Amino acid sequence: MTGPAHIFDKPNRYIGKSSPRADAARLLQGRGKFVDDVTLPRMVHAAFLRSPFAHATITAIDTAEAKDAPGVIAIYTGHDLTDHVTPYVGVLTHLKGLRSAPQHPLAVDVARWQGEPVVMVIATSRALAEDACELVEVDYEELPAVVDTETALDADTPVIHPEFGNNLAWERDVVAGDIDAAFAASGVQVIDREFRFGRHTGVTLESRGTLCDFDPSENELTVYYSGQAPHMMQVIFATHLDLPEENVRVISNDVGGSFGIKIHTYGDEIATAAAAKLLKRPVKFIADRFESFVTDIHARDHVIKARIGVTNDGDIVGIDLDDLTGVGPFSMYPRTSAIECNQILNLTGAPYNLDNYRAKGRVVFQNKTLMCQYRGVGHPIAMAVADGLLDDAARAIGMDPVAVRHLNLMADDSYPRASATGMKLDDLSHQKALTKLTDIMDYKGLREKQTEDRKNGIYRGIGFVSMVEVTNPSPMFYGVGGASIASQDGATVRLDAGGALHVASSITEQGQGTNAILAQIAAGVFGVALNRVKVTTGDTKTTPYGGGTWASRGAGIGGEAMLQAAQALKDQVLAVAAVMLQTSADKLDIQDGAVTDPDGTLRLPLADLARTVYYRGNELPNDLNPELIATRHYRVTDFPFVFTNGAMAAHVEVDTATGFIKVLHFWAVEDCGRVINPLLVDEQIRGGVVQGIGGALYEECQYSEDGQMLNATMADYMVPMASEMPDITVAHIETPTKTSVLGAKGAGEAGTGGAPAAILNAVNDALSPLNASIWQMPMTPERVLNAIDAAK
Amino acid sequence: MKAPDFDYLRPANLDAALAMLAEHDGNAVPLAGGQSLMPMMNFRVAAPEVLIDLADVAELRGITRNGDHVRIGAMTRYVQLSKDPIILADVPLIGMALPHIAHDAIRNRGTIGGSLALADPAAEMPALMLALDAAIEVVGANGTRLIKADNFFLSYFETVLEKDELITAVVIPTASNTQSFGFCELTQRHGDYALAGVAVSRTDAKYRIAFFGVADRAVRVAALEDTVGDDLEKALAHLDEIEFTDDGKANAATRQRLAGVALTRALEEMTS
Ligand SMILES: Cc1cc2nc3c(=O)[nH]c(=O)nc-3n(C[C@H](O)[C@H](O)[C@H](O)COP(=O)(O)OP(=O)(O)OC[C@H]3O[C@@H](n4cnc5c(N)ncnc54)[C@H](O)[C@@H]3O)c2cc1C
Repeated sequence: MTGPAHIFDKPNRYIGKSSPRADAARLLQGRGKFVDDVTLPRMVHAAFLRSPFAHATITAIDTAEAKDAPGVIAIYTGHDLTDHVTPYVGVLTHLKGLRSAPQHPLAVDVARWQGEPVVMVIATSRALAEDACELVEVDYEELPAVVDTETALDADTPVIHPEFGNNLAWERDVVAGDIDAAFAASGVQVIDREFRFGRHTGVTLESRGTLCDFDPSENELTVYYSGQAPHMMQVIFATHLDLPEENVRVISNDVGGSFGIKIHTYGDEIATAAAAKLLKRPVKFIADRFESFVTDIHARDHVIKARIGVTNDGDIVGIDLDDLTGVGPFSMYPRTSAIECNQILNLTGAPYNLDNYRAKGRVVFQNKTLMCQYRGVGHPIAMAVADGLLDDAARAIGMDPVAVRHLNLMADDSYPRASATGMKLDDLSHQKALTKLTDIMDYKGLREKQTEDRKNGIYRGIGFVSMVEVTNPSPMFYGVGGASIASQDGATVRLDAGGALHVASSITEQGQGTNAILAQIAAGVFGVALNRVKVTTGDTKTTPYGGGTWASRGAGIGGEAMLQAAQALKDQVLAVAAVMLQTSADKLDIQDGAVTDPDGTLRLPLADLARTVYYRGNELPNDLNPELIATRHYRVTDFPFVFTNGAMAAHVEVDTATGFIKVLHFWAVEDCGRVINPLLVDEQIRGGVVQGIGGALYEECQYSEDGQMLNATMADYMVPMASEMPDITVAHIETPTKTSVLGAKGAGEAGTGGAPAAILNAVNDALSPLNASIWQMPMTPERVLNAIDAAK
Repeated sequence: MKAPDFDYLRPANLDAALAMLAEHDGNAVPLAGGQSLMPMMNFRVAAPEVLIDLADVAELRGITRNGDHVRIGAMTRYVQLSKDPIILADVPLIGMALPHIAHDAIRNRGTIGGSLALADPAAEMPALMLALDAAIEVVGANGTRLIKADNFFLSYFETVLEKDELITAVVIPTASNTQSFGFCELTQRHGDYALAGVAVSRTDAKYRIAFFGVADRAVRVAALEDTVGDDLEKALAHLDEIEFTDDGKANAATRQRLAGVALTRALEEMTS
């Protein structure tokens, strides 16, 4: 797709400029309006009694004493809500064979993970609701819990959903070429490793929250919802609470971080909406940190046995892997919990020329918090497996990790093409990215220093990853499987009487600067100053219909819709201007808030044009019908998703006495197509890298053998903190995608997808003089020490 | 995570505070910096009926030197310790440890008395008191007691303090020219509780070495202290006498190993 060249090279364009986000000042001055900042008349509060057991039969619930407690308005059990909320099942037809059981907002008869909501108490304050929770008596009969994924499918393991016969949720096999023959060929070395990726979660600064306001006079539900897909939630609330879709309004403004956590159906949120409807008054629920840890979706938790075969010259002949993952007792609704495994099968080795590939994935049920899509979905695992194996193989044959990548990465001029697994690839730049990476990091210098340091007992390592990222998904991601999740997005641009633009978009802002880039695109393409654009997002009532911001799709899809809408409005305005100025539209332009000649000479300020149209239409010919508003929608058509690529490197030091790992520096070269705002893209990459480092070194949801989460506090669950983070150098290659005029691909998940692999490889490079290596994340001090001991 | 209902009292002096404690007979607890107590209440792990805020009790404040001792009032906050000339000159070990205790926001409010009363086995202050041979001054209905730090800490969050008693101060011998100090704490993230840490004071050839973050309380090992001056390797073998904590952050074997590394590094710093 191409567009008018002047979109990108006009004097007052904003695309490509590092303009700071307009809402930064507002948020820093404490003027943000998050769900918990909203207070409504007659508002009451929900608190939940949650299952203390990973698996238990609920034999009796006694709420009598709690009902009489001060401030209590109502108490609901699972059974109380079954007449008011229809159950939901997290399956999609394109994930063939995926199964899950019906889920209720509050546990009905059986609780299946520690933290599952069992009883909801509504009271005049949260504190009183929590007091009353302590007075509710629930009798449980504890059932054996399925905790360990590796035994979940054993014949003697209890089955969580007896109707299924076993704990298998989904499985898939992918085969390309003939891996056995490739590995058996002479001169091929096969490296065999078992990778373990810990369970972790996305810790959002603002916890999950909903404020549900039901108006019986209009049968309308308004939900202030901390989330990233308002239209999807509109459908879910409407469907399961039996309301007309149009009578549900979801407002998501402001949202303090999301990372894929706030895009699912959580029982406590649905129950809160049900309570609002039953009580006919506003009900607020704000998850506290403990609730967040035991109910926000978790991710990763994979055990992967993987092999790579390379020739002595370093050619990869194939990759073979077996992935086993546990996803909790249900598949999450509506996106399902099979996507991460599916991504791993699809993406492992995708940057490389690979003829032979075999992958098996199995997803099992277990009595732990549900798992679903968290930033990077599958990427960190796919990249760590492929690039971890590749560096291991390079070490085995004595080849440099950069050389082995240049040898195997797809050539930059080989697109369009497909990966071994059949993914359609275009506009990628692996080779260029790796070259730029080794330039900016001074690879040669680092290696020389490393050799010096080793003589002094300092173990430093350099690790690489070459990666792809799935962005800008088409309907093939969810819609095709029957999910009510929009893959297209819309944008509306309206010229005000004062000459300013009001724009609205269906993508959402959860802290990454969505609103800023929407304004940049609209201002630049249409032709007004940036501060004359007002942006509305996150409201199903006032924005066009669309998917929201997830899967690194906001800028690429919502941005293109905005570009198209701004261009359309410009054409419409110029048609009016041409009549007023008695010339033809193609002899006019809009620059800096005014209709101009193509050379920029002022002809008519936009405010004058708009005022004439809005106030003094009598001055216009009767047959002129000015439309000073335009809406456009956009979806990706030719590809299932638009891939981006990147090359990243980590420099680490391992303290071999303590097992501590210090990340000294991190470099990321990213090709996300056209960069709309370098400042924001760089921060996306950095934030993503930091979350990737979190998964690699710190973050893990630890469970006891009976399924209790052991570290559900911020003191015990370790998120990465600023003082430990390295400087992160970011550089770009810009290969615009041909699927849109804007040419932007996504950038939100690249850092998280790539960093763990780079850190893993750097640590193993550092440990290589000791003949030690580690294949488990997070790489805790104890695991590093064990790896060193094992090599002794 | 909202605290259950409680009453809040704010006595103006020590006598009033003690009277309130006695009056509520075990149902009241003192509030110092609140950096541990308030989270525990919000988690509903602690549910006191009455909080007695010590903020206005002047007798609990102030840092003074009396001859060969330094007296630190229980309500002295970490941030005050970090800036106090007496502390920096006469109790340098505290200055070495402070940057490792949490973060600015917590150091602005947390108190030395609160930390000692809490007796978190991973906290720095109890170990410092052991290494410094400090005494903890305690006042209750039965008058004032001066308790050696060695006898003060019993187990996880457990001390010899009675319910009607308050810590009023700690009394620490001033550092002499013949003394030197060492400190090392191993944490993955700055400001976290230690995976293993150690505080060392050496007077001539005699060592007092207190480990924290490794067991049910801050601990000294006599045999280790006796041998460490001559043979570090041999001394480290005596770590076996500690019953090391085994938890999600590190198992007992790792903790023992890290305790050894911490001590080795603390001693290296002292001699270098
Ligand atoms: C994020 C975070 C990180 C932290 N990291 C560390 C760390 O690395 N190292 C560390 O040591 N601590 C750490 N802490 C704890 C902090 O140091 C606390 O301040 C300290 O443990 C308790 O002091 P406080 O004055 O806040 O006491 P409070 O929380 O007010 O009280 C603690 C207990 O002591 C009792 N108490 C208080 N004063 C007296 C008194 N005078 N007499 C009798 N009883 C009394 C209270 O009743 C309560 O039971 C951290 C805290 C937080 C929130």
